[in-house]
Amino acid sequence: MTDLTHGHVLAPLRRQRHLKLPPLGASLAILFLFALLLAALAPGLFTRIDPLAIVPREAFQPPSWAHWLGTDQSGRDIFARVIHGARQSLLIGLAATAISMLIAIALGLLGGLGGARVDRAVGWLLEVLFAFPSLVLALLFVAVFGSGVGPLIVATGLGGAPGYARMVRGQVLAVRNAGYIEAARALGHPTSRIVLRQLLPNAMRPLVVTLTMGVGQAIVWASALSFLGLGARPPAPEWGTMLSMGRDFIANAWWLTFFPGLFIVLTTLATTVTGRYIQQRLEGRLP
Amino acid sequence: MTTTTLAVTDPRRERLAALGRRAAIRLAGGVLVLWAVATLTFFALRLMPGDPVLAILGGPSGNPTPEAIEAARVEYGLDKPLAVQYVFYLGRLVQGDLGVSYSQHLPVTRVLAEQGGATLELTVAALVLAWLLVLLLTVVTAGRGRLVGGIASLAETLSAALPHFWLGVVLLAVFAFGLRWFPPAGSDSFASLVLPAFSLAIPLAGFIAQVTRESLELTLDQPFVLTARTRGLSDLAVRFRHALRHALLPGVSLSGWAIGALISGAVVCEVIFSRKGVGRQLYQAVQAQDLPLVIGISLVVAAGYVLANILVDLLYQWIDPRQQEAAA
Repeated sequence: MTDLTHGHVLAPLRRQRHLKLPPLGASLAILFLFALLLAALAPGLFTRIDPLAIVPREAFQPPSWAHWLGTDQSGRDIFARVIHGARQSLLIGLAATAISMLIAIALGLLGGLGGARVDRAVGWLLEVLFAFPSLVLALLFVAVFGSGVGPLIVATGLGGAPGYARMVRGQVLAVRNAGYIEAARALGHPTSRIVLRQLLPNAMRPLVVTLTMGVGQAIVWASALSFLGLGARPPAPEWGTMLSMGRDFIANAWWLTFFPGLFIVLTTLATTVTGRYIQQRLEGRLP
Repeated sequence: MTTTTLAVTDPRRERLAALGRRAAIRLAGGVLVLWAVATLTFFALRLMPGDPVLAILGGPSGNPTPEAIEAARVEYGLDKPLAVQYVFYLGRLVQGDLGVSYSQHLPVTRVLAEQGGATLELTVAALVLAWLLVLLLTVVTAGRGRLVGGIASLAETLSAALPHFWLGVVLLAVFAFGLRWFPPAGSDSFASLVLPAFSLAIPLAGFIAQVTRESLELTLDQPFVLTARTRGLSDLAVRFRHALRHALLPGVSLSGWAIGALISGAVVCEVIFSRKGVGRQLYQAVQAQDLPLVIGISLVVAAGYVLANILVDLLYQWIDPRQQEAAA
């Protein structure tokens, strides 16, 4: 099917009065992500309880009206902690994905544009990095640079980089010989301009979906490291750390681990569903 | 017709030879990758803050005398320049000597031999279980209308979003502490394998099933499926004998990636379920700054990953001979 015979032509954005709402699942996912963003920016909107306030009298309260998701071993309100943890977790997820992407773009451009020999070297480097499972890579990184939120972000970003780099490289190779690149070259644009204005935006387009889902995955991996006690320090309200703390009481207080984990699952689910929705939109627009 | 011409023209034989050639090339590449892994780990861990000698002598609480520190430095060759240490290290590595664990005072190869089996058992069990779940879910539900597809695809997306560590803890709470069906910890019995294997397999199955369902649904629309149906094959026979072989490819290539994810997951699961295994050893070795053990485990894990990916690559070609022609 060519462009000429394609059935419907999209009206200019201004004329599209009846914007179709996303389907139910995607709406819920986008709504959840929006709420999460709001919680990260202004946790006071959702709860007035201090996430660090210790009330020993109220330790191990199961979920109730006073404490929606129960309390932990020191009587801290879990709902408040989960809400206040959103900022930390989102920040870790976004920052780690950004680091992954930067490394991936650098390696992908190098491989895709540097000629056959450089490309082979990059391919080999990626294979070496792939041989370290991401958690093993992250563990090594934490072993060298110590634990804490900073190393956690870099370790998670590093763990995800090879996968993205492989995709960027493939995209660059696919886009490199496109007609519009040749046209830009014929017009005499400098290479740097072509790379920044033509090659990169076009190569990155399919990666938008992967990136959206990647944020969720990065949150999961960062939580896994926190869970192993290598991330944020215990009293801090971070989802992985909360899970890790609650593990000791799993036999009689399930809510300590269940709810922080539930929020990790919901966040991953929401990013996946949103990513898939964006993908469908992109594919619908690009016949 | 002579036997030599027969050997040359026999397609099956030629295929095997091509597979063998490819395996050899991949193995050589794998050795190079392992050398890079060994080098990278060695230098990365030398950047580590803290003196390895102190780790040998019992960590921060050891409080050794200056003489003991000096003796240990000489004994472990840590007084030599880094380059010399590196060459010695590679030399020993080639001979299969991974050194002595600082924290356990045992040869690393012995620790690996004792712990490796449990991890292999766990990852293989999880991979097999994941594929069983995938086949069950996708072959039965693919192309059965929107409702069934929607529910199955929701189940897949949900299980792919479950983190191993949370699933592990929830399974532990429900089936070990609540219902008491399975032991909460240990690695000696078959029952103790069930919960860790499920907590690794369920998210993985979600991932593979998403891809397999999509490709199976595409395959079921192909003309050759219609041909098979007109020959009077039953629906299940069409799905298993004809469509599946085509639909498996994306999932199989994903399994190579999955092995890395499984090993990462194994670290977490072994910690949660207090299982024997190299994952938990790695976690402990990182905390104890046990250099030889960390390097040894990273190397074995990398070797396992490289080997598994070669196998996946060969399996891929075996399932789809067209790939081979494209590569040749």
